[in-house]
Amino acid sequence: MRVVIEKREAISRSARLLVPIISFVFALIFGAILLLASGVNPLVTYAAMARGALGGRHALGETLVKAIPLMFTGLGVSLAFRMLFWNIGAEGQLAMGGLAATGVALFLAGRLPSWSVLPAVIVAGMVAGAVWGAIPALLRAYLKVNETITTLMMNYIAILWISHLYHGPWRDPGGYGFPGTAQFPPEAWLPRLFDRVHLGILLAVVAAAILWFVIQRTKWGFEIRVTGENPQAARYAGIDIARNIVLVMLLSGALCGLAGACEVSGVMRRLQQGLTVGYGYTAIIVAWMGQLNPLGVLLVAFLLAVILVGGDQIQLAMGLPAAMAFVLQGALLFPMLGGALFTEYRLRIVRTGARVTAVTTSSAVEEAE
Amino acid sequence: MDISLLVSVLTITLRAGTSLVYATVGEIYTERSGILNLGVEGMMMMGALAAFAVAYHTGSLALALLVALLVGGLLAAVHAFLSVSLRANQVVSGLTLTLFGTGMASFLGQRLGPGGTYLVGLVGPSLKRIPIPILSELPLVGPSLFNQDILTYGLYIFVPLAGWYLYKTRPGLYLRAVGENPQTADAMGIHVAAFRYLYTILGGMLAGLGGAHLSLSYTKGWAENITGGRGWIAVALVIFAMWDPLRAVVGAILFGGINAVQFRMQAAGTTIPSALLNMLPYIATILVLVVITWWETLRKRIGAPAALGLPYAREEKG
Repeated sequence: MRVVIEKREAISRSARLLVPIISFVFALIFGAILLLASGVNPLVTYAAMARGALGGRHALGETLVKAIPLMFTGLGVSLAFRMLFWNIGAEGQLAMGGLAATGVALFLAGRLPSWSVLPAVIVAGMVAGAVWGAIPALLRAYLKVNETITTLMMNYIAILWISHLYHGPWRDPGGYGFPGTAQFPPEAWLPRLFDRVHLGILLAVVAAAILWFVIQRTKWGFEIRVTGENPQAARYAGIDIARNIVLVMLLSGALCGLAGACEVSGVMRRLQQGLTVGYGYTAIIVAWMGQLNPLGVLLVAFLLAVILVGGDQIQLAMGLPAAMAFVLQGALLFPMLGGALFTEYRLRIVRTGARVTAVTTSSAVEEAE
Repeated sequence: MDISLLVSVLTITLRAGTSLVYATVGEIYTERSGILNLGVEGMMMMGALAAFAVAYHTGSLALALLVALLVGGLLAAVHAFLSVSLRANQVVSGLTLTLFGTGMASFLGQRLGPGGTYLVGLVGPSLKRIPIPILSELPLVGPSLFNQDILTYGLYIFVPLAGWYLYKTRPGLYLRAVGENPQTADAMGIHVAAFRYLYTILGGMLAGLGGAHLSLSYTKGWAENITGGRGWIAVALVIFAMWDPLRAVVGAILFGGINAVQFRMQAAGTTIPSALLNMLPYIATILVLVVITWWETLRKRIGAPAALGLPYAREEKG
């Protein structure tokens, strides 16, 4: 007996839905084994995670607060991934967004009419993220420099930069030596809906809708999809790939920068430690699990926020490492990746010796169709 | 220039470069087989954690190195299974390996200490520097080249061997064939999938060993984010080296040198902000990558194995 892998004519819809669910179950089982091995009851742990992330208004609020940056960065990363541009620099683009937003909130707020402060803060964050994203895009588009490495290296640079600012030149003089800037003036605060959940959640939904429209309904979106699915065909069709790489990364970086701006102006209301806690990396999982679809990204961002907040909760309540959340995230994506085989291919078991018959039957089927 | 300063910079350069050489050469072998593994950072992280945890609890450095090799190989085997057997996207699979390895190491680092507590900040056994008699007394090069730990000495044999194997032996030729043109290699009777599994796992083992050098020698102990992007620098060095193990050494020494200069300047109390000094390796990686890509494109050389990152499936129907 032999297993034959054949490409499906169309992507299997049922496999497409089933694979994420099976992956989730697989991740939970893997996590359970790890928890058992470290002498903890996995059911109790998972219950504590779920309660901590979903039990009650406050818990749900905190989960949404974490879902917002995951939504923005997930949308940004998924757009770049569609073009097979491997932007793993969302973390740095988010950091730069936070940096620029903080700069405007702290140093320009007094010189601007008060109605314009918040828009300026947000736009500054988006522009900074876009610029940070455009640098590796330009290098890749015109000099063919590998973008996985440049985007990632720029994360380290951005994180060191903001940490230098809030530890040093931008540190609040009245902050008792606490590393962080002074609090923003109220006109630079992003309004909150309830608890700490801010307007960013609505912005994220709007951004997802716009992105969906752009990708599915515009000529530019069509170019991006073609380039991602078949770069050769895109080139023959006369699509300017280099230009599109730069444009896509401007948009991708702007979304990640927006995440950073919302974090500093909506959640922390200052720049301090805790801005770069790995949202930009989780975004990769969000984008891939959401199958690069904006709606999928929103849903998966929420799911992963549940895991993140749950991880914090088990650290607080049970003294278990919050890194459990990152282990679960990784364990989620492995089966997800392997599962792609079942959405794009079909497995058939063929008896050895029956090879000739197998070929004739399949060609017979082709003829019948 | 002060001789003792030069000796110290040279010594730190080699010590800092050791983990990079192992990881880079490992990734070169993996990529030569046509598999791109961006999980180097995660495998190094797990190698560093496993090595220190084993050394701390058993006191055996040999066992620690062995476990680091195994852990790196095991993680790489997951990537090989996904990339070779399941034809998954290699970029995303490798990234996942890095995320998973980093998370797992952080989790275990908080559980594998004495009595299920933290490993961070503990002092355990470390690789000792063994001066080689006579040679280590040579002026200048003696103390830096011949007063190192066993993994650094290992490089003096490992690197030439890695180059010789790749370019001068039949299995090395087959390996290059698999990465350049798997169809032809298959027609020659080479088992493409087996080669890809083998060299992906080998690459992972070497990344694990590189990680072990960090926790057993370079930083001595486990710390969160101990690799600090070295796995990624190794991926960049593969391109810098144009997939040649001997050129990887040049790159690793360059980056080891940057580390050494950073270290000396911080020790000397410079006025340059430490954040800027800490950025140096990352800025240098980008600059080096830009220059080398530009230069090699000018010379119209494409060093990457032609089938890198592409899954190979034998066509069933003509």
